Amino acid sequence: MSEVSNIAMQNPANSKKMLLAMVGIGIISAFLIVLTYELTLPRVQRLKAEALEKAIFEVLPGTDHTQAFGLNTDGTLFKIEEGDKSEAALYAGYDKSDKLVGYAVEAAGQGYADVIRIIYGYDPSEQILIGFQVLESKETPGLGDKIGKEEAFLNNFKALDVSVSNDGQLRNKVITVKQGEKQNPWEIDGITGATISSRAIGDIIGKSSMEVIPILHQNYKNGQNKMNSDEQQ
Amino acid sequence: MSNNDSTSKQKVTSTDEFIKGLWRDNPVFVQVLGMCPVLAVSNTAENALAMGLATAFVLLMSNILVSLLRNFVPKQVRIASYILIIATFVTVTDYAIQAISVELHKSLGAFISLIVVNCLILSRAEAFASKNTIGRSILDALGMGFGFTLALFCLGAVREILGNGSIFNVPLFSEGYQSWIVMILPAGGFFTLALWLLIINALQTRKVKS
Repeated sequence: MSEVSNIAMQNPANSKKMLLAMVGIGIISAFLIVLTYELTLPRVQRLKAEALEKAIFEVLPGTDHTQAFGLNTDGTLFKIEEGDKSEAALYAGYDKSDKLVGYAVEAAGQGYADVIRIIYGYDPSEQILIGFQVLESKETPGLGDKIGKEEAFLNNFKALDVSVSNDGQLRNKVITVKQGEKQNPWEIDGITGATISSRAIGDIIGKSSMEVIPILHQNYKNGQNKMNSDEQQ
Repeated sequence: MSNNDSTSKQKVTSTDEFIKGLWRDNPVFVQVLGMCPVLAVSNTAENALAMGLATAFVLLMSNILVSLLRNFVPKQVRIASYILIIATFVTVTDYAIQAISVELHKSLGAFISLIVVNCLILSRAEAFASKNTIGRSILDALGMGFGFTLALFCLGAVREILGNGSIFNVPLFSEGYQSWIVMILPAGGFFTLALWLLIINALQTRKVKS
């Protein structure tokens, strides 16, 4: 390429060569990309599913296997089998003897830097949240990302009160308070230095639990048998 | 961009071709090329190493292809074709990293795709691979790639040790260590880069004097 090019720009033969070169490289490129995509796809999907499964096991201690559920607009649950197209919103975790451990619920909301995606575990028999994990966040390293690391903050989610009152609504909305000011079992002790991010977590859980927990509670109350027939509809 | 390749016209040994990228013409410390990923993704040693290796891979593959096609691509469309080749390998790398670890892919984020616009790669394609044989282009890419990785690792290690009190996620200090949060924030990238440039320049000035 370093030799001086003395061919005029308008030379048709040269245009043809240019076109040929670009198309040739384009075809090689397309081939390479498609090949890599096809080769890596199964593994990428498996890794993603594994990461999600791990998160569910984390927020629902004692879980042995899971079942994905979708949420109907009328507030009933439907089972999602593997390979189904519909987006799963929540997962039920069962222990070795097929007993329900609880539900893992995915939720997302605006954080400080970007949307934070989380998952939390709900124990319907105790009516508390029993686990929490950040699935995806771009919060500031060293400050906002404490929401996924700080022990004291994560301890908030060992027994967070989300009890449902008789009218089918949450008795108290989950909310983040200043660090050290937690007084009620439905409050999350915030993080100094990650105020906005920890508040965002409170908002995300507060909003999501208001919608989902009453439904889950209702389903649980209706009993395992009734729930099964609900799913089959 | 670099004009240091005039030396390649003279008799240059293969070892020289490799070594120049590592030290004499180090892309980060000497040429100061590709600063965007250097500053942005060097907050931990692991991220820095992964980013460096990803860039090195793209550099190697694009250098090979550019060198292979150097007599085939007309001069007028050479830059467009380089970009196309680089973008292809960046996409390939993107998928590969996802397949290696979803976690790693998440922490590198958009910066993998941004390897496309890393001027280091385009400058090596234009200044070196398009004028040299495949063998030399491979050596050049390996040298520059490892030089880039080394530089990123130098930054990442310092920033992780100071900013997080750990290296490769292994804690180095006892509980009481108060980490310098600023070092893993963007500002810390500039501080660390300045520090390294100071050291490298001091070393080279001393060498010239003696």
